[in-house]
Amino acid sequence: MLEVQNLSMRFGGLLAVDGVSLDVKEREIVSIIGPNGAGKTTVFNCMSGFYKPSGGKIIFEGREVQGIPDYKISRLGMVRTFQHVRLFTQMSVVENLLVAQHRHLNTNMLAGLFGTPNYKERERKALDRAAYWLERVGLLDLANRDAGNLAYGQQRRLEIARCMVTEPKLLMLDEPAAGLNPAETKELNQLIVSLKEDYNVSVVLIEHDMSLVMDISDRINVINQGRPLASGTPEEIRHNDDVINAYLGEA
Amino acid sequence: MAANNYRHALFCAIVTLIISFPILGFNLEAKGINITLTGATTSTIIAVILAAVAVFVFQAFRDSFMVMLGKLPNLNPLAGKEPMEQSKRVKLESWVLTGIVVFALFWPFLVSRGSVDLATLVLIYIMLALGLNVVVGLAGLLDLGYVAFYAVGAYTFALLSQYIGISFWMALPIGALLAGLTGMILGFPVLRLRGDYLAIVTLGFGEIIRILLNNWTTLTGGPNGIGGIPEPTLFGMEFGRRIKEEGNTSFHETFGIAYSGEHKVIFLYLIALVLAVITALIIRRFMRMPVGRAWEALREDEIAARSLGLSRTAVKLSAFTIGAFFAGFAGTVFASKQGFISPESFVFLESAIILAIVVLGGMGSQLGVILAAIAVTILPELAREFSEYRMLIFGAAMVLMMVWRPQGLLPMRRIHITLNKQG
Repeated sequence: MLEVQNLSMRFGGLLAVDGVSLDVKEREIVSIIGPNGAGKTTVFNCMSGFYKPSGGKIIFEGREVQGIPDYKISRLGMVRTFQHVRLFTQMSVVENLLVAQHRHLNTNMLAGLFGTPNYKERERKALDRAAYWLERVGLLDLANRDAGNLAYGQQRRLEIARCMVTEPKLLMLDEPAAGLNPAETKELNQLIVSLKEDYNVSVVLIEHDMSLVMDISDRINVINQGRPLASGTPEEIRHNDDVINAYLGEA
Repeated sequence: MAANNYRHALFCAIVTLIISFPILGFNLEAKGINITLTGATTSTIIAVILAAVAVFVFQAFRDSFMVMLGKLPNLNPLAGKEPMEQSKRVKLESWVLTGIVVFALFWPFLVSRGSVDLATLVLIYIMLALGLNVVVGLAGLLDLGYVAFYAVGAYTFALLSQYIGISFWMALPIGALLAGLTGMILGFPVLRLRGDYLAIVTLGFGEIIRILLNNWTTLTGGPNGIGGIPEPTLFGMEFGRRIKEEGNTSFHETFGIAYSGEHKVIFLYLIALVLAVITALIIRRFMRMPVGRAWEALREDEIAARSLGLSRTAVKLSAFTIGAFFAGFAGTVFASKQGFISPESFVFLESAIILAIVVLGGMGSQLGVILAAIAVTILPELAREFSEYRMLIFGAAMVLMMVWRPQGLLPMRRIHITLNKQG
């Protein structure tokens, strides 16, 4: 469903990403790994429309999407999270989820002012969807707390819930396990697998936690210094000499 | 530690001297056509020195003073009490608000004409502050040129009445819509800007509008302003002693009561009250709608908002447009109340005062902004006796507020949303 062909991104004299390709099929978890500064997040930023790539193609569901503005990309069904949690901290937890459903709501101002049936109906559905996902990530009791007051692990889960209420087809997670303790990482592991199994979402994952990556990925792409190093199943990657030298290290 | 304290105290005392001595220590006196500089009386100089000593003592022993202050019991009678239950509080608040509005409807019949006039001004500021609250408090866009939209509303009415002879009721929507349109047009170039940069550009826009009004003498009359702006009519009834326009009747003749200048003032007050209530209700509704949440999301984190499918252009422009729309509303009422407007009414200080109202009230909080609008407009009037020091007192009050209550009088509270458990 997603195909990235020969992507490159140049910042002035620096070629941050050079010839990276990857493809994601329906209901598949694909990981991108590599050392710090390898260009993983830059690839994400290109895919999600924050950067306009200098070269290459990004094809989502048969349509070229490179260079399309970020908010339109997410409306197509490609939604991302961030390496550092980016919540609307002064808004309540449930409001965070309502904002995310903006495109599902009736945003006509007059409809809202007069409270037309269509407006109320969509607003109610949005609340129900928010309640469903809060329950799913175990935050229902905290629905009216300020998002900024949640514990770190909860904020991470809320960020994923916030992506899921937009009903995406492809979810891009940028280091979702960063800063989580082993128990929380395990929960996250199960959550991501369930997103794939139960909600038919494809996932692209950037992560440094190798146990998580090896556990849940269907395929792995390794990037080093902006260039593709290897790609394959977790088993192949684990035994690839180049990858071991550049990133994994000798056991 | 102690030495540091004394050095700091000495510094503060010297600053006090530097600031207060030139203001209080020298007098300019007009003798005939010459102005002479005379020194102050000994008592003033002693007072200044005493003040400096007081500052020194307070700063030197500040910590112990603060501890003593903290020990004072019952300074805040509400301290330590449990916050009220959510549903109870909402109910109480709506009752109190309804009560205030009903009281405000009857109040002008009990008090003097001057008070009603002042109250009308307060209501105009409430409208302005509620509008700016959308831009600054909710959308987080620091707008220092807000007064421009106020001017657009006022001048729209003044010019249309002068050249076409349009009435207040026609001008009200036109003025508001034109101001809204101006807001949208000015919004386009600043879409990419945030924070300080945005503040500077909007400041520039505010000045452009004022200077344009000042210099386009053929159309606006320049610094002479525009006079003879008609007062609002009630279903074609005028409030003047004599009828100005063909086909209108006069209010006092229709109802067979003696003419009184107060009728007009009270009528204007009631119009302003109704418009202010409408403004508050509409914006309150916006805050609970997708557009209101989008404004806040943009304020909180623009990148996250965009990644979730919010268009920065649409959200920012809607905030600018709606804020400007209500400024246009207020401007039309202002023009009608004054009967005369000139660019002098729309200087930067006005923008600053409206912004101060929003910040003092608590960004995003409607009730807080309304309270602050009342306080900021009325306090300088009450302090008329100290006319020379009015702005000084105003400034000091702001500094104290920001030190002790930076979140504003009544900080914004999240709306409680009840969810039904799913599945």
